Amino acid sequence: MSAVENEGAAGRGSARAVAVASFIGRFLVIAITTYLGLLAVTFFIGRVIPIDPVLAVLGDRAPLNVVERTRREMGLDLPLIQQFYLYVKAALNGDFGTSVLTTNPVMTDIRRAFPATIELATLGTLIGSFIGVPLGVLAAVKRGSLIDQIVRIIGLIGYSVPIFWIGLLGLVLFYAKLQWVAFPGRLDIVYEYTFTPITGFYLLDALWQRQWDVFWDAFRHIILPAGLLGYFSLAYISRMTRSFMLNELSQEYIVAARAKGLSETRIIWGHALRNAAVPMVTVIALSYAGLLEGSVLTETVFSWPGIGLYITNSLQNADMNAVLGGTIVIGSVFIGINLLSDLLYKVLDPRTKTG
Amino acid sequence: MTASDVRPLSRRDWLLSDRPASRMQARLGRAYVAWRRFSANRLAFLGLLIIIALLVVAAFADVLAPYSPTIGDLKNARLLAPSAAHWFGTDDLGRDIYSRILFGSRWTLYVVILVAIIAAPIGLLVGTVAGYAGGWTDAILMRITDIFLAFPKLILALAFVAALGPGIENAVLAIAITSWPPYARIARAETMTVRNSDYIKAVQLMGASPFRIVLRHIMPLCISSLIIRVTLDMAGIILTAAGLGFLGLGAQPPLPEWGTMIASGRRFVLDQWWVAGAPGFAILIVSLGFNLLGDGLRDALDPRSGDQ
Amino acid sequence: MSGTLLDVDDLRVTFPTRTGLIQAVRGVTFSLGRERLGIVGESGSGKSQTGRAIMGLTPPQALVSAKKLALDGADLLAMPARQRRALRGKRIAMILQDPKYSLDPVMSIGRQIVETLRTHEKVSKAEARERALAMLEAVQIRDPSRVFDLHPHEVSGGMGQRAMIAMMLIAGPEMMIADEPTSALDVTVQLDVLGILDRLVSERGMGLIFISHDLRLVASFCDRVIVMYAGKVVEQLKASELRDAQHPYTRGLLNCMPRIGYERHPLPVLDRKPEWAA
Repeated sequence: MSAVENEGAAGRGSARAVAVASFIGRFLVIAITTYLGLLAVTFFIGRVIPIDPVLAVLGDRAPLNVVERTRREMGLDLPLIQQFYLYVKAALNGDFGTSVLTTNPVMTDIRRAFPATIELATLGTLIGSFIGVPLGVLAAVKRGSLIDQIVRIIGLIGYSVPIFWIGLLGLVLFYAKLQWVAFPGRLDIVYEYTFTPITGFYLLDALWQRQWDVFWDAFRHIILPAGLLGYFSLAYISRMTRSFMLNELSQEYIVAARAKGLSETRIIWGHALRNAAVPMVTVIALSYAGLLEGSVLTETVFSWPGIGLYITNSLQNADMNAVLGGTIVIGSVFIGINLLSDLLYKVLDPRTKTG
Repeated sequence: MTASDVRPLSRRDWLLSDRPASRMQARLGRAYVAWRRFSANRLAFLGLLIIIALLVVAAFADVLAPYSPTIGDLKNARLLAPSAAHWFGTDDLGRDIYSRILFGSRWTLYVVILVAIIAAPIGLLVGTVAGYAGGWTDAILMRITDIFLAFPKLILALAFVAALGPGIENAVLAIAITSWPPYARIARAETMTVRNSDYIKAVQLMGASPFRIVLRHIMPLCISSLIIRVTLDMAGIILTAAGLGFLGLGAQPPLPEWGTMIASGRRFVLDQWWVAGAPGFAILIVSLGFNLLGDGLRDALDPRSGDQ
Repeated sequence: MSGTLLDVDDLRVTFPTRTGLIQAVRGVTFSLGRERLGIVGESGSGKSQTGRAIMGLTPPQALVSAKKLALDGADLLAMPARQRRALRGKRIAMILQDPKYSLDPVMSIGRQIVETLRTHEKVSKAEARERALAMLEAVQIRDPSRVFDLHPHEVSGGMGQRAMIAMMLIAGPEMMIADEPTSALDVTVQLDVLGILDRLVSERGMGLIFISHDLRLVASFCDRVIVMYAGKVVEQLKASELRDAQHPYTRGLLNCMPRIGYERHPLPVLDRKPEWAA
């Protein structure tokens, strides 16, 4: 920001550089220890808890020579700390071993499933934010009114209802009874063979290729799960927006804005919400991360071929490499979003820029 | 002043007195004020009623349930729709769903209580030790806490159960392992506020060991905020446990655990929706009860957080 | 003093609470011409609520009533909300205590000033910017085009309060309420800010209500002084005659002021008698 650089004096500039450097240093320490922690936990789960990790990976029907070979490949004859070092190195290279179920490298499977999960969670968060933020603002502005009560009830139910259950009921109503939506998966079988995705985000791919029938079909498949995820993110986002807005609306600068003669609309959306937007970014990021995590349940209910479904399918087949690979990938994205939202908070808030 | 000396005090006046004559009176007075604030909150009261109902149902499931939860009538009663004989219908093995839900309340309670008594003490210990010791101990313990806090809980619990093997005990363990960090944070914050207070100094001067100070003088102070937080987390614990049950990792059939019941009802959901519908509704009601109760407790015991 | 700008008769502000009604302002009467009027009182005396009631900025749950509350003859309480809002910033403005809290932290100072102007006048963006820069110069900010782009946290308290004055004066109001405008500032910059306020008010021939707890400041800065206690006006007098104040509460306030060269032991304690509030 040019204004800050204008502030100018050399002493202040170098103090700022030190502050920025120490902030980046702290950020890196947090990021690295958190990722190492994640790997340590999955290592513990995969190598320490099972009595024989080889059998945990291969299942107990594997031929003996394969078991022995795998044992050496996994480096299980080495000391634990060295095993962990090799484990981290492999994970950083994206090598999570081979899936027993699909016989592919786990990373290949995950790469294929990843866009489906991201597309679903992104659409869900978009729905949640575009409805949740205005609802929360209205609830705060008209505190104690009917809309405030409604937002409260939406939030309470969102925090209390099992997502997989409401997903099943949604299928009963919108798929079986009303036949408004399509199920299962991302596309009808007919299109699976005629449509070649580019990015893996089917909605965008269909738009890009102007295949309107495919777009409509993809939309009919995604709208119910995305709408449900949207509801959960809405429940959280609207409740937090309300709370942030109540806080902002009680500040002195709101009184000053009124004293200037601004309209309530301008005060609410132009001043209070702009200030609330800074912490809101964190909330929306957390809600996005939450939807990714919840994908194991939603994707299972809707047979949505993403990482969540991949993990649960692998679980059913005791395919530990695939389960842990999926856990690490979702965990990494989850942690990454957490860290990024912290960073974004610092960048967005002009108050923390000099300091 | 004089008037109130002459007139005999009503019990209410005694409780609300500005000048309690004993510690007992002050304590009771505070509890009374908190109770009045709590019971004025109708939704919180509803939450309390739901939880009491859950306890009663769990205690008297044998008496209340009209049928056996595990043995069904395979010949005559498979997948019956709700009726006067079977309020919530029957499942694919001819078992009465209403009876299974009543018995399922025991498993719900089993899970939340066990998670609470495993996770809360871990958090309490980590938090108070970190907060009281300070320095490197604090830095390291809190880094570990924050690392766990940054993990996706459900996925991690899932991976844990995958390694430990499915079952309700392992599900409880996995949930407990992933849910202690917020308690450590709270306990540490509380510890930091009292650590340098005069009365802790006094106890130190009297030669109490750090162990004793943490155990006897600091931990008790953390309990009330911890209880609020645990109550608020109960719904999340129930939902996670049900989720693990739904994925086949929690309680195993034929246990009448609600999440597992939804999983087994999933196959018929398009035609016999009540098999999966009823247990999910039970989860919704109980989670709602805990959420309402938790909100109410927080508002009653911690007036600062009033509207947030 | 050319005619009355603001007429206040029996102004009352009441807040409903759980334990009953609380009257923050209890029948305040005064009028203001193109002069500087000081309102003094301790915290809780209702002086700030009086200012906010005149602005129409009392919280929605509060009840405001008056036999008369008129700006230049126009009845403020009978006026539709929209019309009253149009007066704020355009004809009556208000300066708040601490620029750290009263300026929007995420909006640049320049945009906040321009916003006031463009709310009340149809001007182009370029012209609004020009006038905002001129206004910043008028409050003696040396490098207006730089400060224009700064955010409130990037300037000192003194400069923030000047920006606040610029923001409130840019649409050319006839009357200004300054609620403790210098209490949050360092002593050294207090006088600068007061000097700027003083000059602008007299240059533009504005009416000023100066709300403060600092009797000496008010006495040196204002033409007339109102002393408030427990929501009521206990004394109204010319600033020059303050030394001859009759009311014991005013005398008490005067006695509490430290003077150079006098031993002050024991420190005087302010007398508060319930009958003054009656």
